[in-house]
Amino acid sequence: MELINAIIVGFAVATGVYCILRRSLLRFVIGIALISQSINLLVFTAGGLTKGDSPFIEYGKKTIEQPFADPLPQALVLTAIVIGFGLLVFTLALAQRAIASVGSDDIENFRNTD
Amino acid sequence: MLLLLSIFAPLAGSMASPLICKGSGKAAPWLMAAIPAIIFVGFIWHLVGQTDADPIFVSLDWVPSVNVSFDLQLDGLSLLFGILITSIGTFIVLYAGGYLKPKDHAKFYTYLLLFMASMLGVVLANNTILLFIFWELTSISSYLIIGFDNEKAESRKKALQALLVTGLGGIALLAGLILLSEAAETYKLSEIIGMGSELASKPLAQFALPLILLGAFTKSAQFPFHFWLPNAMAAPTPASAYLHSATMVKAGVFLLLKLNPIYGDTAFWLVSLTAAGAITLIYGSIRGLFQRDLKRILAFTTMAVLGMLVMLIGQGSSMAIKSALLFLLGHAFYKATLFMVAGNIDHGTGTRDVRILGGLRKAMPWTAAAAMLAALSKGGFPPMVGFIGKEYVYKASSTLDALGPAITVTALLGNALLLSLAFKVGIHPFWARATEKQESQGWSSLLPGQPHEANLLMLAGPVILAFTGIALGVTSQFWSVGLIASSVSTATGIESLSKVYLWHGFNLPLLLSVITLTLGIAIYLSRQSIWRNESIGAYIADRDSEKAYDFGFRKFIESSKNLTAKIQNGSLRFYLWVILVSGGAIIGYKVITIGVFGSLPEPSEFRTIHLILGITIVSALTYTAFTEKILPALASLGFAGLGIALLYAYFGAPDLAITQIIVETLSIILILMAAIKLPTVEKRVRKKRRIADIALASIFGIFAFLLTYKSAQLQIAATISDQLADWSYALAKGRNVVNVILVDFRALDTFGEIIVIGIAAIGVSVCLDPLNSKAEQKSNFAPIGGSPILNYGAKLMLPICTVISLALLYRGHNEPGGGFIGGLMCATGLILYSLAFGTASALKKLKLDPIRWIALGVLLAIFSGALGIVSGNPFMTGIWLPIFELPFLGTIHLGTPLLFDVGVYFVVIGFATQCAFAFQTTIEGPKSNPLDFKKSI
Repeated sequence: MELINAIIVGFAVATGVYCILRRSLLRFVIGIALISQSINLLVFTAGGLTKGDSPFIEYGKKTIEQPFADPLPQALVLTAIVIGFGLLVFTLALAQRAIASVGSDDIENFRNTD
Repeated sequence: MLLLLSIFAPLAGSMASPLICKGSGKAAPWLMAAIPAIIFVGFIWHLVGQTDADPIFVSLDWVPSVNVSFDLQLDGLSLLFGILITSIGTFIVLYAGGYLKPKDHAKFYTYLLLFMASMLGVVLANNTILLFIFWELTSISSYLIIGFDNEKAESRKKALQALLVTGLGGIALLAGLILLSEAAETYKLSEIIGMGSELASKPLAQFALPLILLGAFTKSAQFPFHFWLPNAMAAPTPASAYLHSATMVKAGVFLLLKLNPIYGDTAFWLVSLTAAGAITLIYGSIRGLFQRDLKRILAFTTMAVLGMLVMLIGQGSSMAIKSALLFLLGHAFYKATLFMVAGNIDHGTGTRDVRILGGLRKAMPWTAAAAMLAALSKGGFPPMVGFIGKEYVYKASSTLDALGPAITVTALLGNALLLSLAFKVGIHPFWARATEKQESQGWSSLLPGQPHEANLLMLAGPVILAFTGIALGVTSQFWSVGLIASSVSTATGIESLSKVYLWHGFNLPLLLSVITLTLGIAIYLSRQSIWRNESIGAYIADRDSEKAYDFGFRKFIESSKNLTAKIQNGSLRFYLWVILVSGGAIIGYKVITIGVFGSLPEPSEFRTIHLILGITIVSALTYTAFTEKILPALASLGFAGLGIALLYAYFGAPDLAITQIIVETLSIILILMAAIKLPTVEKRVRKKRRIADIALASIFGIFAFLLTYKSAQLQIAATISDQLADWSYALAKGRNVVNVILVDFRALDTFGEIIVIGIAAIGVSVCLDPLNSKAEQKSNFAPIGGSPILNYGAKLMLPICTVISLALLYRGHNEPGGGFIGGLMCATGLILYSLAFGTASALKKLKLDPIRWIALGVLLAIFSGALGIVSGNPFMTGIWLPIFELPFLGTIHLGTPLLFDVGVYFVVIGFATQCAFAFQTTIEGPKSNPLDFKKSI
């Protein structure tokens, strides 16, 4: 189980890094999105995979039944997804603004824009 | 009390200066002068009242962990310096009041009093680090003062030069002081000095000496670090007077005196101080001969005097120290006077060029009198205090064994030159007769201004200080025990009670004095011929060490510019490469040394469906990276994201799966909006570069794989999750453990996160609003949509999404859902609606501006947390109402975590809509009709 997820994480990071090295600023943003996705999955997988049920306490019971999926990484990843979205959107807005001022999305045209 | 007052009162005065100057107008100089005057009285009180020579101490903890404490002490030496700083300081403050324009008062007093406070700090500090701090403060405040005319480039340059030279020396000093303190195993200066010459034999202390000397020499303008001092006369005259007489440059001398008990016996001390001092003395006074500018002449004489002092301190004998102190005392008073005189002349005539000045005694009688007295004191005529200084110098030098004759000759030559320079500044402008040319053209017509006497404020200082010079000379036997003898005790470590007398009878020093006077006057009389040979002065100046400084400074700037241009070439890909390669090298080193590959665990069993999902995601990712067109890339990116959402669902995380699906959808929509106006085909880089990029990306992929795979095997803290799950219902009344963690157990983290996304939303509008405002009115914008299916669908979906989102929010505590998911769901409905009908109509549906939703949500979250405080518990403690039943809705259990979740809900709605609408507005408009959109696909 972990092996497959680890391979996915590896691929997502590799494609993310490849994308941020492209000349197009939009590809860079896609790369950021990929990297943040992959790290979410990394945290989730590193927290331990369970084939068990979701971490919910059944109605009528007071405690959870074993085995259950680890709720802690889930909570971390849930906020990380939203924060990652915030980061992505902000990066995108910066990129959009930069593209509008330079008139191109080719980062080779951004050399003297300090 | 006196010690703390003497540092903090000027400091407070410095801070309050703008207020005082604004509030009191003409009285400001008098008010400001009261500060040093009061401290001066305090010092005198101490001097008169002291029964024994024991120093007084103050000690406050400051940063005890690094041995920095606010330790002050007042010993004989500090007292002498303290009296000089405050007495001359008082008159400088008054003088500045007359000299500067009223609008400059506030700024000048701020700097001057800061300078005064730091100088007093230097002489009172009893902790080596504290000493260094004050030492640097004098450098910084002198930088401010020298660059007072900050609109002139020349001023700024000179100020920077002084700061760099003394600042670099200061850094060396810091290193030296730390070494010395480590050698002594204490940072208390009094204890270090108490160890005496034993300490000098320790290796650390020996290393410290050259560093400390570097600090002292740069500060006290010893050759070859002297050049900043003549340049520092770019400062306003009152500041120059202060810098040169009682402060700044004397800090180095003070430090040398202070450390004399430790290093006085070492050969290095003797040689370096004697050599540096003697060269500085002769070089400074010779350079002074060729100057025309009154202030520059004075600056070079200051340098010469400092050389004399350093040379004397280097001899280390009790008599030499005593002569140095007397010389220093005399110098402080006459130098302050002469600078103020130069200022008065400048003020009264508009020039400081000594060659065209002359005969001013009638126009400026008081200034002339003060100048005369100061010049006589400087020249060493009895009964001035300067005479005593000179007598004792000869007395000391004639009692030395080996170096005695050499020192005597050097001192004699130096004194004679100083005398001639003193006359040039103090006598010549007032008494010189007109030359024929001047006579023929009318004497004062050559001057830029009509000569006139200075005002009261500007006369008080020079006149009183000049008379002090006589008074001190005549009364020397009364004050010398308290002031000089106790300082000698401090600076030699040997108790000294001997008095100082003006008259010693006919002896060798007196003979030497007579020779000095004769020689000096002879040089003065030949001044015209020296001026005629100015080229000699220019020749020397051209070979000054300042040229080396200029060269080094220029090269430093040039080379750093070159270096910056190389490493910051503006290419993002280059930066990323540097970051990734160096980061990768560090990780790779660790991966190899730990031997991760050898210890990989056996893969555990998996279901085929998992494998298929994995292959799908990996293929989608690969396609995203390599496809050239942006739209297919985005589509496959979304595909991969959905695959990851399925993974979350598969492994028992429905909350994550829902969130991921919505976020992925919104992300793709937003990137699409940004992409619409851009060329769709990616510009390719060279093939070699692409292969290198792939290699680098693969390495990071492998790292991520290893990290994930290895860490998934390590479950070291599973008990935390078990504990949280156990508590979930019992303590937090929630069945959805993930949601309980978010809104209750770790609510403060979540609170931080909603703040972050709130800020992100504001950031987005900051970036994009300027783009939008360029276009016409928003209400004129055409929506992107236009397809009937989209329009009907959006109309239908808006209420559905809203209802579902409320349901998700409501049940989130017990079942999948919650504020994040609910908020995203609600926002999705609105964004769909805006795609169909335009952002303007969507905003109407939203009622409140998105930013206001965010603010509302944050306030709600704070309110829910604050209820915990009201109940007497920490912030964010959950409070629950009793359970009650409602028809249709079933069991209702309300508590503050639910309220908090509502806050999250609002923030997420505001955030998502704000961002989406901002992007959408950039592409809405008459020009981008649906056809454009289709074309770009």
